[in-house]
Amino acid sequence: MPKCEPVLLARVGKPDSASLATYQRDGGYEAFKKALKMSPEEIINEVKTSGLRGRGGAGFPTGLKWTFLPKNHAGPIYLAINGDESEPGTFNNRILMEEDPHQILEGIMISCHAIKSNTSYIYLRVEYGKSYRVLKQAIEELYAAGLLGKNILGTGFDLDIYLHRGAAAYICGEETGLIESLEGKRAWPRIKPPFPAIEGLFRKPTIVNNIETMACVTHIINRGADWFKSMGVPPDPNNPRDAGSYGPKLYCLSGHINKPGCYEIPLGVTSRELIEEYGGGVPNGRKVKAVVPGGISMGFMSADELDIPLDFNGPGKAGCLGLGTAAVVVVDDATSMVDVLFNCARFFAHESCGQCTPCREGTAWMQKILWRIRSGQGELRDLDLLTEVAGSMGIIPGTTICGLSDGAGWPVKNAIQKFRPEFEEFIKSGKKVIRHAEELMAAAH
Amino acid sequence: MQAAKPVERRDVMAVLSEELKEKIRAEFPKYPNKRAVTLPALHIVQDATRSVSLEAIREIAELLELHPAEVHDTMSFYGYFRDEKHPLGKHRVWVCRSISCMLRGGEDLLADLCEKWNVKPGETTEDGKITLEFGECLGVCEGAPCVLVDEDCHPCMTAQKVDEILKKS
Ligand SMILES: Cc1cc2nc3c(=O)[nH]c(=O)nc-3n(C[C@H](O)[C@H](O)[C@H](O)COP(=O)(O)O)c2cc1C
Ligand code: SF4
Ligand code: FES
Repeated sequence: MPKCEPVLLARVGKPDSASLATYQRDGGYEAFKKALKMSPEEIINEVKTSGLRGRGGAGFPTGLKWTFLPKNHAGPIYLAINGDESEPGTFNNRILMEEDPHQILEGIMISCHAIKSNTSYIYLRVEYGKSYRVLKQAIEELYAAGLLGKNILGTGFDLDIYLHRGAAAYICGEETGLIESLEGKRAWPRIKPPFPAIEGLFRKPTIVNNIETMACVTHIINRGADWFKSMGVPPDPNNPRDAGSYGPKLYCLSGHINKPGCYEIPLGVTSRELIEEYGGGVPNGRKVKAVVPGGISMGFMSADELDIPLDFNGPGKAGCLGLGTAAVVVVDDATSMVDVLFNCARFFAHESCGQCTPCREGTAWMQKILWRIRSGQGELRDLDLLTEVAGSMGIIPGTTICGLSDGAGWPVKNAIQKFRPEFEEFIKSGKKVIRHAEELMAAAH
Repeated sequence: MQAAKPVERRDVMAVLSEELKEKIRAEFPKYPNKRAVTLPALHIVQDATRSVSLEAIREIAELLELHPAEVHDTMSFYGYFRDEKHPLGKHRVWVCRSISCMLRGGEDLLADLCEKWNVKPGETTEDGKITLEFGECLGVCEGAPCVLVDEDCHPCMTAQKVDEILKKS
């Protein structure tokens, strides 16, 4: 895959990259000015034509989502920006917010004009202290420059952007959990329909979009839909539901890799290319055992699935849930999949919001069964039990309200299917591998 | 028969200073209703007083025109907020235990810090200086293992490096 000139990351690491002055010097807010001269319908069409799909995990076409808003609504309409970024392995939103907040804010401003919204909230996970400070300052600069507030640039367009800090709960990233949390309640996801575009924040029509999605909108208006569409992978003719995977994507690379980091690459790079060409290979001359393709909710790819392209359609071919956040975590061949899977199961047991029984109980039991296995007390039939529990929870089997549950089941299903001999061998050995730190944490919660 | 006396509210000193109340009120214009100020209010109070006491919950509820149980319901959902029996120390330290950090020694780092500071996860050192907790993916996975100290996350940590950061804070 030829390396491409970074666009989303172009200004990252440059001196004073977060300031309004340098952003404008580099051509910033020209896209917004252009957008103000376009009609909302024209902007929506441009975004639709670009093929942009949401970067937050579900990959829903952005322009299409915007058309679900009721026509001629009296308002208010809200744009809620999802900056909760909590999917293990994912950190690209953080880099954008810390290093180049104005390209996100410009995307938000363009999007608000497109969907006829005068209020946007950025829901930011509380752990991102620097992102908070940088965004706060950037927003203040915009008000001072007359680019936010009333009658922006004399066009009659009013817009306020507010920062709202979360409180360390993964479920606040699920869009209706986010809405409930913003409203001041526990983050219990809502039953859909109604979808947020019809009835969302404060019971008003609401669009929820991810931080990286907003950055893409800026560049689509700046450079045009054709530029965006010139990168990536067209729809798979064998999958009628694939809408194609266009544009640049911020892949996060971490785990057992020599050069972990965030890489901007057109959608469709393979894990092998990422690991070898970008990540400098696996440390200590080890080999890849497994790869998480897009955050742990998406499951695992094995070492013989590394040539599958990481576009929206690719990971599914390897039995994974999807591309997710394109956060690639590399696991080397000295690591036990039993340990890795326990780590994933513990995460979901900790983060299930508890309102659906299959998810609350299922995540807790998967963690307990894996703990038992790692205590040396497992039995071979536990593997089928785990698979059965994992398969019975989620939106796909139709037993839960949100997708956290599908994401909790997926790594379990993938790991046991793809690494079964390793699990069987471990159980037969009767080894106990629970570490001191894990015991301490288990006692704490 | 005598009418039952109304239950008298115990006379507790107000815990929210006028300054804190003003900070909370300053959030009102951002939202179409006051309930949405619940999380901002909880943050403001916990940042200043290191926990959110029952009395603080009552006072927040009064400001937001909610029932205290509504504020408590929200607060208790998020493990982030602490009641008065479990106040935070001067510094809050989170060690990431999720996948990328675990693969690079994050959990063992937590155990090292527990030993060094003589606390269990969730506890505060005897001198009240440090509360040590585990966190789930802190979004700095390229710097695994990473540790959040108050508002900032530090990459590629060891127990010694964390100690040094805290000495400077
Ligand atoms: C459990 C769960 C957690 C999620 N966490 C996030 C998140 O942290 N950030 C995000 O943008 N989307 C997250 N999503 C996806 C959102 O629900 C939603 O699809 C997305 O924010 C829409 O924005 P986009 O279309 O621009 O991607 C999560 C979904 C689920 C089910
Ligand atoms: S699936 Fe799980 S996380 Fe989602 S709403 Fe139900 S219990 Fe909560
Ligand atoms: S896994 Fe530790 S920061 Fe992401």
